[in-house]
Amino acid sequence: MAVQTVPGPQDIVRYELSNGMVALVRENFTSPAVVVSGYLPAGGVAEPDDKAGLAGFTASLLTRGTEKRSFEEINETVEGVGASVDVSAGWHFTSFSGKSLAEDLPLILDVLADVLRRPTFPAEHVEKVRGQWLTDLQERDHDTRRMAALVFRELAYPGHPYGRSLIGTHETARAIGRDDVVSFYQQHYSPQGGVLVVVGAVQADRALDLLQATFGDWPAGSDGKDVTVPPPPPLEAIRHKEVVMPGKTQADIVLGRPGLSRTDPDFYAALLANTVLGRFGMYGRLGTNVRERHGLAYYCLSSLEAGQGPGPWYVFAGVNPANVRRAIESILEEIIRLREELVPEDELNDSKAFLTGSLPLRLETNEGVAGALLEMERYALGLDYLQRYPDLIRSVSAAEVQAVAAKYLDPQAYALAVAGPDLGQGDEGMG
Amino acid sequence: MKKVTLGNGLQVVLKEMHHAPVASFWIWYRVGSRNEVPGITGISHWVEHMLFKGTPSFPQGEFDKVVAREGGVFNGMTWLDWTTYFETLPSDRFDLALRIEADRMVNSLFDAQELEKERTVVISEREGAENFPEWLLEEEVQAAAYRLHPYRHQVLGWKQDLQHMTRDDLWQYYRAYYAPNNAIAVATGDFQSDALLARIEELFGAIPPGPELPVVRASEPPQRGERRVVVEGEGQTAYLQMVFHAVPATHPDYFPLVVLDTVLGGAKPMSFFGGGTSNRSSRLYKALVDTELAADVDSSMPSTLDPFLFSFSATLRPGRTLEEVEAALWAELERVAQEPITPEELAKAIKQTRAQFAYSSESVSNQGFWLGFSEIVASTEWFDSYLDNLAAVTAEDVQRVAKEYLAKSRRTVGWYVPQG
Repeated sequence: MAVQTVPGPQDIVRYELSNGMVALVRENFTSPAVVVSGYLPAGGVAEPDDKAGLAGFTASLLTRGTEKRSFEEINETVEGVGASVDVSAGWHFTSFSGKSLAEDLPLILDVLADVLRRPTFPAEHVEKVRGQWLTDLQERDHDTRRMAALVFRELAYPGHPYGRSLIGTHETARAIGRDDVVSFYQQHYSPQGGVLVVVGAVQADRALDLLQATFGDWPAGSDGKDVTVPPPPPLEAIRHKEVVMPGKTQADIVLGRPGLSRTDPDFYAALLANTVLGRFGMYGRLGTNVRERHGLAYYCLSSLEAGQGPGPWYVFAGVNPANVRRAIESILEEIIRLREELVPEDELNDSKAFLTGSLPLRLETNEGVAGALLEMERYALGLDYLQRYPDLIRSVSAAEVQAVAAKYLDPQAYALAVAGPDLGQGDEGMG
Repeated sequence: MKKVTLGNGLQVVLKEMHHAPVASFWIWYRVGSRNEVPGITGISHWVEHMLFKGTPSFPQGEFDKVVAREGGVFNGMTWLDWTTYFETLPSDRFDLALRIEADRMVNSLFDAQELEKERTVVISEREGAENFPEWLLEEEVQAAAYRLHPYRHQVLGWKQDLQHMTRDDLWQYYRAYYAPNNAIAVATGDFQSDALLARIEELFGAIPPGPELPVVRASEPPQRGERRVVVEGEGQTAYLQMVFHAVPATHPDYFPLVVLDTVLGGAKPMSFFGGGTSNRSSRLYKALVDTELAADVDSSMPSTLDPFLFSFSATLRPGRTLEEVEAALWAELERVAQEPITPEELAKAIKQTRAQFAYSSESVSNQGFWLGFSEIVASTEWFDSYLDNLAAVTAEDVQRVAKEYLAKSRRTVGWYVPQG
């Protein structure tokens, strides 16, 4: 049988490059492949309202040309060896990743360093990418799931960076110029706070040498970067909005509230509460109630987006328009039950067993391990985090789960977005 | 790798992989939308759903919980030629997967009430798909490309059939196709093959073989000229699809067509769990996206039992017309039929596929998928020799198949015309 090897201090190499970037490496010689991933503290929260989408636009323009390589050369270099390189922006960070055969690791590190450190933002490509962006926005306008998610954010986080969309609006997509991109890049891209991870078929020493050679001489900027967000404004009533999309067949529902950050002491209780509510087995209690018992939806599950700041905690479902009201009632029923009753011990133990028992599956692939290493570094969880994880989960009590549900999930005060065909029920459509 | 056929006809494929303490068990049935006739379209997929609705030993809602409790993941999938179920578990809990699959192969309840509730769930799954214009277009294009063969309808089935099928239909279908002599059991991961095989014998060996299996006789008559369909619907974005009748996985032209697909539309990930790869150096990206006609372009050459479709799709940028995007796509297809691809393009396609094979070998679930899927559409030997067969393809082969298969008379063109 395979030896149980949860990554830990014994086999994760953590090293600071000469410019302060943190490098984490773990060897895995299972297949002749290697994964690189990492992030820089440059994300959507740093955008002004009228430039929403700027961080993402900047990220997608990085691979469009550098001082060393044209767009065509980047593509030919990367795809020519069956590798991939990707850069994208989130709320707080710009994340990058690459994947290749082990023999091509020097090549993709060189390309990644090149696009992150020496992009030229060719004007022609600014317009090309803008066209793709506008097409994507046009598709979003007619996508029930994406529109429900968008409107939910606006309702849950009015006036807060999290209330914006990471891909902005048609207006911001047209308003952002190349100069905005260049200044966003100059202001926010530097090695400080940056993290690099390599997992795969490469000796750790060799990987560190390559990282030092490609990123180590990137000069550090002058000051540290603030990636925090203010607390979201209080949500004290039901905020509800319907997006009518004639011609659609199904309606999408998103219901939830601002939640908590990954480093909040309540996090593990919330993780368990969410697993019980809308994840365990076939979507937890929501799956049982909405899908199994009532046959109302193909999907109905919950999501806890605990990150750098208090991301949303929400339920989402796709249902026939005639069932929107019943689905919302069922969702609220389950939220109330989680707040008002202790989760029975065996049910809680099931969710604990799932979260701890599935760790080997999450850590099977290079991507899985890389994701875990990034999480450990981003939230300062320590190199022994994965070894402590089972105890962190097991120590949560039913009372703590109930308390965290009571604190964050309020059936009297939530944001609710529904996008789909006209429900034709006027004001009584939704309570 | 070990391959055995039990006395009752169950094929068993075992591949030990000891890189991580996990193992994946897959059971594949040779049944999918290919086996469906009008009136019961979508039945294979609905039957798949019913296999999650309980047996006497694992009542409704039980075994998804049992698997999750052991730290496992599970799912079921239905496609043209197959239906499959898998559990991936920590290796010390692996026995559970075998017990579940042996049980539900024959003991699924198909409770009438549960079945009615699932009717709205499978309809809801279809309605969710209907919200996407590309899906609606694909459904129409496939229906136009095929007159007779069951590949003409989607795996999710027509809504009218989902509304009217009965419990008897589903039950009989289950009894007809779910039997050891129509199944392949695949295990990949951290186990000892001899011990596992003995356990599989113990759990599955006593299940009697089913009745003789119905044969799919439908074979598509030749197409005598191009076909065109227009779908009108809500939205502002136009979509183009162009599909050509192609060949099954075991056909000698299959590998040249895979190279052609890679050169035109980029390498495809060998993972059904996502993890896409870019196609920015492909011919079609350069011709359609780089020229600002389309926001994206894709191609696919699926591996199937019967001749399926080599397909191309593009999302139009605002202000572009379907005529001009179709013309640009067609110009590229004509070019590849007229001039051979370069040695660099050929070498790149092979290297890209080699890399995708390496990536997919990291995961026991992916390996289980590929071994079972290959055995259905061809054989595990086909999978083992895949890279060698691909490396044997020449530029002349590619040009020949481009000329033969990417012909106007074999194609169906679909336009999604948005109505605002």
